[in-house]
Amino acid sequence: MNRTILLATVGLLAAAGLWLFAAGAIAAEPADDQHPVDYQKEVKPILLQHCLRCHGPDEQQSDLRIDTGKFLIEGGISGAAIVAGEPAESPLLLAVRGLSDEISQMPPEEEEDALSAKEIDVLERWVAAGAVFPKDESPQPAAGEKSEHWSFLPIMAPKIPAIEAEAVAHNPIDAFVLARLKKEGLPPSPPADRATLIRRVSFDLIGLPPAPEEVRAFLADSQPDAYERLVDRLLASPMYGERWGRHWLDQARYADSDGYTNDVPRVMWRYRDWVIDAINQDLPFDRFTVEQFAGDLLPNPTPEQIIATGFHRCTQINHEGGSDAEQYRVEAVVDRVSTTGSVYLGLTLGCARCHEHKFDPISQGEFYQLYAFLNSQDEPTYTVALDVPEAALLPAAQQKVNAASAERTRHIEQSKAARQAWETALAGAKPPVWKHARPIKIASKAKSSLKLLDDDSILAEGKTPNQDEYELEWEVGEAPVDAIRLEVLTHDSLPGGGPGRAGNGNFVLNRVVVELVAADGAAQAVKILGGRADHEQDKFPIAHALDGNPKTGWAINVGNGQGSIHTNRTAIIALESALPAKSRVRLRLSFHDKKYAIGRLRVSCSSTPASLALAENPADLLAAAKAVGKERTKEQTALLESAFRKTDAELQRCDAVLKQRKSELARLKSVATTTTYTMRERKKPRDTFIHIRGDFLRPGKRVTPKTPSVFPAMKTIGETPNRLDLANWLVDKENPLTARVTVNRTWQYFFGQGIVVTEGDFGLQGEPPSHPQLLDWLAAELVRKQWSMKQLHRLVVRSATYRQASRSRPDLTAADPQNRLLARQTRMRVESETIRDAALAVAGLLSHKMHGPSVFPPQPDTVMKMTRNPNRGWKVSPGEDRYRRGLYTYFWRNTPYAFLKLFNSPESNTTCTRRERSNTSLQALTLLNDEVFVEAAQGLAVRVLREAPQDELQRIGYVFQICFSREPSAAELAALKTLLEEELAAPAEKSSPRQFAAAAWLPEKIDAREFLAWTTLARTLLNVDEFITRE
Amino acid sequence: MNPEHLSFLRREFLKRSGLSLGAMALGRLLSEDAAAAPSASTEFTRPLAPRAPHFPPKAKAVIQLFMAGGPSQLELFDYKPKLQELHGQPPPKSYIEGKRFAFLKPEATLLGTKRKFARHGESGAEISEMLPHIANIADDIAIIRTLKTDNFNHGPAKLLAQTGFQTFGKPTMGAWTLYGLGSECKDLPGYIVLQSGPRGPRGGAYLWSNGFLPSIYQGAPLRSQGDPMLNLTSPQGFSSSRQQRTVEAISRLNGLRRQATGDDEIAARTANYELAFRMQSSAPDLIDVSQESQHTLDRYGVKPGESSFAANCLLARRLVERGVRFITLFHTEWDHHGGSENLAETLEGVCREVDQPSAALVQDLKQRGLWNDTLVIWGGEFGRTPMGEPRASIGRDHHIECFSTWLSGGGIKGGQTLGATDELGFYPLDLADRVHVHDLHATVMHLLGFDHLKLTPRLPPDRRRGQSCRTTAGLENVEP
Repeated sequence: MNRTILLATVGLLAAAGLWLFAAGAIAAEPADDQHPVDYQKEVKPILLQHCLRCHGPDEQQSDLRIDTGKFLIEGGISGAAIVAGEPAESPLLLAVRGLSDEISQMPPEEEEDALSAKEIDVLERWVAAGAVFPKDESPQPAAGEKSEHWSFLPIMAPKIPAIEAEAVAHNPIDAFVLARLKKEGLPPSPPADRATLIRRVSFDLIGLPPAPEEVRAFLADSQPDAYERLVDRLLASPMYGERWGRHWLDQARYADSDGYTNDVPRVMWRYRDWVIDAINQDLPFDRFTVEQFAGDLLPNPTPEQIIATGFHRCTQINHEGGSDAEQYRVEAVVDRVSTTGSVYLGLTLGCARCHEHKFDPISQGEFYQLYAFLNSQDEPTYTVALDVPEAALLPAAQQKVNAASAERTRHIEQSKAARQAWETALAGAKPPVWKHARPIKIASKAKSSLKLLDDDSILAEGKTPNQDEYELEWEVGEAPVDAIRLEVLTHDSLPGGGPGRAGNGNFVLNRVVVELVAADGAAQAVKILGGRADHEQDKFPIAHALDGNPKTGWAINVGNGQGSIHTNRTAIIALESALPAKSRVRLRLSFHDKKYAIGRLRVSCSSTPASLALAENPADLLAAAKAVGKERTKEQTALLESAFRKTDAELQRCDAVLKQRKSELARLKSVATTTTYTMRERKKPRDTFIHIRGDFLRPGKRVTPKTPSVFPAMKTIGETPNRLDLANWLVDKENPLTARVTVNRTWQYFFGQGIVVTEGDFGLQGEPPSHPQLLDWLAAELVRKQWSMKQLHRLVVRSATYRQASRSRPDLTAADPQNRLLARQTRMRVESETIRDAALAVAGLLSHKMHGPSVFPPQPDTVMKMTRNPNRGWKVSPGEDRYRRGLYTYFWRNTPYAFLKLFNSPESNTTCTRRERSNTSLQALTLLNDEVFVEAAQGLAVRVLREAPQDELQRIGYVFQICFSREPSAAELAALKTLLEEELAAPAEKSSPRQFAAAAWLPEKIDAREFLAWTTLARTLLNVDEFITRE
Repeated sequence: MNPEHLSFLRREFLKRSGLSLGAMALGRLLSEDAAAAPSASTEFTRPLAPRAPHFPPKAKAVIQLFMAGGPSQLELFDYKPKLQELHGQPPPKSYIEGKRFAFLKPEATLLGTKRKFARHGESGAEISEMLPHIANIADDIAIIRTLKTDNFNHGPAKLLAQTGFQTFGKPTMGAWTLYGLGSECKDLPGYIVLQSGPRGPRGGAYLWSNGFLPSIYQGAPLRSQGDPMLNLTSPQGFSSSRQQRTVEAISRLNGLRRQATGDDEIAARTANYELAFRMQSSAPDLIDVSQESQHTLDRYGVKPGESSFAANCLLARRLVERGVRFITLFHTEWDHHGGSENLAETLEGVCREVDQPSAALVQDLKQRGLWNDTLVIWGGEFGRTPMGEPRASIGRDHHIECFSTWLSGGGIKGGQTLGATDELGFYPLDLADRVHVHDLHATVMHLLGFDHLKLTPRLPPDRRRGQSCRTTAGLENVEP
C-alpha cells in the first residue's frame, strides 16, 4: 500500500485530520506552514543541537559557525549559509536535505543525528520568511570559556543598599527588599500580629501549629528579643529536623519501595533517620552533601557516613520479569545525574541525555562525563546496628554459637577411633545385595484388601480409606539385616497407574516403624539410622517418614521436567543395629493424609553396612573407603565424611544444636540490625560511553569523569576524579550555582516561591531572579557562615520581610499580582504531612516518637485493592504508631498513602524541588470523611469537653484558640454558636459514639448527643481553609 | 525517501483532499488567542470550565477500553494462515535477527493459531470466533493492524500508550483532554478511571496521572461497587443533614476569612467543598444501575451487585451522558505467556468478559445518539509474538512491531481495516503503514479538535520545569 492510498483509505477522519494518521510515515510534519517561526525558540535550538559541535565556538569546519544569525549570513568557504527569503538558494537547507551538489548531506551520517522533516520545515519557513534574528545575539561560549548568563558568573558579595532610617529592617535581607520596593514605589506591609507570627514560624520551622500555652507565653513576653528566643527554641526542637528533613527527602526521592511495575518493598528508613539527625545537628550543608554523595570514600568512613550514601540509592529498581537489568541501572544513573543537576546546579541536565542541551551550555558529551562519576559504583545493601534491647543479647548468642561449634569439633576428635573402625569395616564390605522379603502376614488397619502378588509385591485394592496403616511381617534369613528397601510400584489398577492410591497417583508415607517381634508376640522397635529415596517431592523428603512426626511424610509428585509421577520409586531405610538372623520382623507403614496410601509395594532386605546401603552410589563409596593415603581424592574424602555422618547420631545432634543457635543469632541480628541501600566504589571503574540519542544500546564515544567546562575546573584528590571529587566540586566556593540554588530553595519554603521562581532551572530558559543581589548576598552569606542551614533559616525568619502581614492589598493586586516584590508575605496551604500532623496535634493524639521503620496509619481499604498487588494490604499500625508524624508513613511508590498523594506529596520517582499546591473536591471529601480526620475531630471534641469550662461560648473560644492560635471574631463566634445549637437540637443519631469512631481511647462515659455536636463543630474547624493554611 | 518528496506528497494530498489551509490557519489563530487550553486567567480560577478546542471537534468524549497485558492480535484480529502452515518451525532468521524479546528463548518456534476467523459485516472485516459480539459491530469499527510501540515491558509500554513517554511524570491523554477542553459535568470529576479484572494494571496511578499539569487534571479512580471514590461516604453518625450543616458552616467561616485576608483561593476551596457535597449524592446515583432497564443490563451482561468489565462499560455510558470528558477502563489478565495464563481457557475467559460489553457499549451509544460524539478506543499496550512461548502450556511473548487495536464513533468511519502485516505477522507489510502509538495520540487529539502541536500548557514559569510540554512531544523521538 503506498502512502497516498493509505491516506485516502484511512478515511477515518474528516479530511483535515488525515495527515495526522500518516504522521508515522512522514514523521509528524506539522501543518502550520503559515505560522511565523520564532528564531530563538524554534530555529536556534535546532541548529545548536545538530550543528554546534563542528560549526560552533570550538570548531568551525569549512569556516562556518552557526550559533548566531550573523554567523550564518557571513557563512564559510561556500559563501553565505542562508539567503533570506530563498530557501532553495540557501546552502544550509540544501545541505540538511542532501540536495546540494557541493556540500555533502549534513549532518554527516556518522554523527547519527539527522534533522527530522519537521525541523527542516522550521528552518525552511524561517528562511522563507526572511530569516529574521536579533541583532544583539551573543555567540555560544567555547569550551572552557565562561558563559555570560547570570547564574554561571561568580557569586559576588553585593553591597547592602542603604535604606531610610524610619524603615522597619531587621537585617540586610530587608535592605535589599525595601530598596527594590522603593524603586517601584510600593510600601511594605505592616508586621503580622504576634499570634499569626508564632503560628507562621512554627509551621515553617517545625511543621506544627503552636500549642495554646506557647501562644499565650509569646503574647505575654514583652522582652524585645521575645521573637528571637522563640525562633531559637524552634530551631533547637528535634521536630525541626523532621520538618526540614522532609523537604530534603522530597529532593532525595525517598520512598519505602523499589518502584516500577512490581514495586517491591525496600528497607531504607535508616537513611531517612540520618537526614533528620543531620539536619537537627546542623551538619553544614557542604558536609551534608559530601557524606551523601561519597561518604564511603571518606577516610575510615563511619557507619553513619556510609548510610548517608543512600541519597543516590533512592532511585527505582525494576524487578519486572524479562526486563534488562542494565537498561534500568542506566536509568538509575541518569536519574542520579538529573537529580544532581536539579538539586545542586538548578539545571535541567537530563535534557542533554539524548542530544546537546538546547538552551544551556551543556553538551551531550558533558552529560556523560558527569554520568561517568556516577557509573562506577556497586549498590550494596548495608547492615546497620540498632540501638535496641536485643542488641545486648547478641554477644551471648554469639558465644552460644561458638560453644556449639566447639562441642561439635570436640566430638569429631573423640570419635576418631570409631570413625577409623567404620572405615575399615566399610573397606572390607561388598555392595548391597537385595533379597525380597516375602511377608508371612499382611494386615491393613483400615481393612483395605492387601493382596500378595507373585513377585512378592503387595497390592491394595477395594475402596481407598481416608487413613490406613499397613503391617507386614516376615522372617529374617541366615544373614542379619542392616537395611530394608521399600519399592513403591505402579499397577494398572491404581489411579493413573499409581504407585499411590490418591487421585493423581501420589501417596504420603507419614511414618515407618520397624519392630522385632518376640516369640511371645511382644514387639520392640528398632532404631532407624536414616533413609534415602531415589525421588522426593519438594518438602516431602523420606526423612519426614522417619522422624516420628505423623504430620509430615514422604511423597513423590513431580515438578516440571521431572518426568511422570507414575514411576516406580525406591526408598532405603538403614537400621542402627542389625536385625538378627532368623528373627521375626514387623514393618508398620502409616498414612494419615486423606486417601494418600501406597497402592503397591515390595520389601527387600540386605546385610550390607548401613552407610553403604544409604550411599547414592555404593560402588563409589566402597572405592573411597578402599583408597588409602594419597590415592584418596578430595571428593572421596568428602563422600566418606558425609556417609559417616549418617551413622553418627551424636554428630547429627551437635549439628542440630549448632543450627538452632545460629538461627537464634540470626533472629536477634534481624531485630538488632537493619539494612539500608548504600553506594560502594567499584575497584575497576566501568567504561562510560556517550549513548547515541540516549539509547544505552548505542554506545558512542568513550568519555571519562569530568565536570562541564562552563564551570570552574574541578580539583581532584587522586589520579582519576571520582564521586568524592564531584561532591567537593559541588560545594566548592567557586561553584556559582550550588549556594545560589540552595538559598533560593530555602527562600521558597519561607515565601512560597523562590527569588528565582524556576527553582529547578537556573539556565537560559529559567526566569531571572527577582532580587539578584539579595540572592547573591544570601549565597555568599551561606558560604561565609560555613554552610550552616540553621543560621540561614534564622536569618530569613528574623527579617522584617518574613514577618510582614500576608493580607492581600488592592494596590499590589495590579502592581505585583505574583508577589515577586515581597511587599507582603504569602498565604500558603500547608503540605500534606503538616495537614495531618496538625489535625492530630490539636486533637492531642500526635505521637512525638522519632525514627524507626515506617508506619501504617489508617486509610481506606480500597487504596491498596485497586493496585497490581491487591493482596498486599495495609495493616494499620497498632498503638502510637497510628498517630506518628506524616514523614514516617510507609510510602509505596505505586500506591502512595492516599492522603499524602491527594495533597501533593511527590511520587518520589524523580527528584522534587517544589511541591504543587492543588485545591480539589477530593481533598474536601477526605478532610470531611477520612477516618484519620474523623478521629481527630473526636479527639478535639473530647479535649474540649474535658479541658474547657462548661460555658458554651468559652468552649468555642477554647477550641478555636487550639485550632487557629487566635480568638474568634464576633461573626465567627456567632456562626459556630448557631452550628452548635443546631447540632444539639438535631434529632439523635441511631449510632452510638463508638460506632462512628475507630477510636479505642474514647472515655467510658460520654453524652452521645453532646459529643456528636462537638465532634461536628471540631470537624468544621478542621475543614475550614484557615486550618490548613499558613497565613 | 527524501524529505522533499514527502513534503510534496503531503501538500498534494492536502490540495486533493480539499482541505483549506485557510481553515487550518483559522484554527491556529484561535489557539494563539482564546481557545485551546485554559487562558492564563481562567486556568487558576476555573480550571475545569468547558472550553472550545482549536477547531470544531468530531468527538466530545473518549472512552478508552484498555486491555492491559497485551491481547494476542494473532488470535483476535490478524489472521495468518501461513503461520499455521509453518507451525512448529523456527522463524526465518531475517525476522528475528537483532531483535530482543522479554522472555522468548532463541529456539522458540512459530505458533499457528487454533482459532477460526471469518469475514463480518458489509465491510468483511476478519475477526476471530473468540469475539462474536465485536464481530457483529464490524461495520462500526475501524481496525488498525499495524500499531507500533517502543518497549516490550508492560510498565513502560503502558506509560507510552497513556502519556507518549516511557518514563514517569508526564500527563496522560485523559489529563491533556481535560486540560484542553475542561469538563461539562458539574457533579463529577471530568476524567474517570474504572478497573476490572483480578488486579490493577501494572504502572498504577501513573496511567491516569496529571504529570506536570496541575493535579486537578488527574484521572479519578471510581469503583462500581461500594464507595465509588475515596471517602465519599460521610462517617457513620453523620446524616446528610448534619453533613450539609457542616459544609454550610465551613462555607460561612471561609467567607469570613476571605474578607479578612482577601485571598481568592479560599473561594475555590469553598467551591470544592460544595462540589464534594454534591458528589456525595451524584456519585452513588451514577453507580446505581438499577435505574437501567433489564434489556440494557442484559445487553451488556451486567449482573447487578457484581463488579465487572460489563458493569464498567455501562458506567462509561452513564458518565458520557453526564458530560464526563474522558473515561478509561482497564481490564487486566491479557498477558498470555502460557502456563497459568494461556491461549486456551484463560484467553477464552477474558474474551468472554470483554467481548459482549464492548460491543454493547458501541451499540448503546449509537442507539442513544451519543456515538457520533464519543470516541471508543479498544486495545492494549502491545501485541504478542508469532512465535510460541513454551511454558507448562503454550502462549506468546510480547510483540511491539505490529499489533491490533480498534476505534469507533467520534468521527471514525466504521467498517475499515487499516494496514496489513506480513504473512507471519511480524511487521507491517509496507512500513509506510506503520502507525506508531504517537500517531494514534495525534489522531485522538485531532478528533477532539486539537492541533496536537499547539496544545501546550500555559503554566506559570515556576511550574514549567523545563519540560517539553506537548502531548505528543515524544513524536520528536520517532525516526522519520
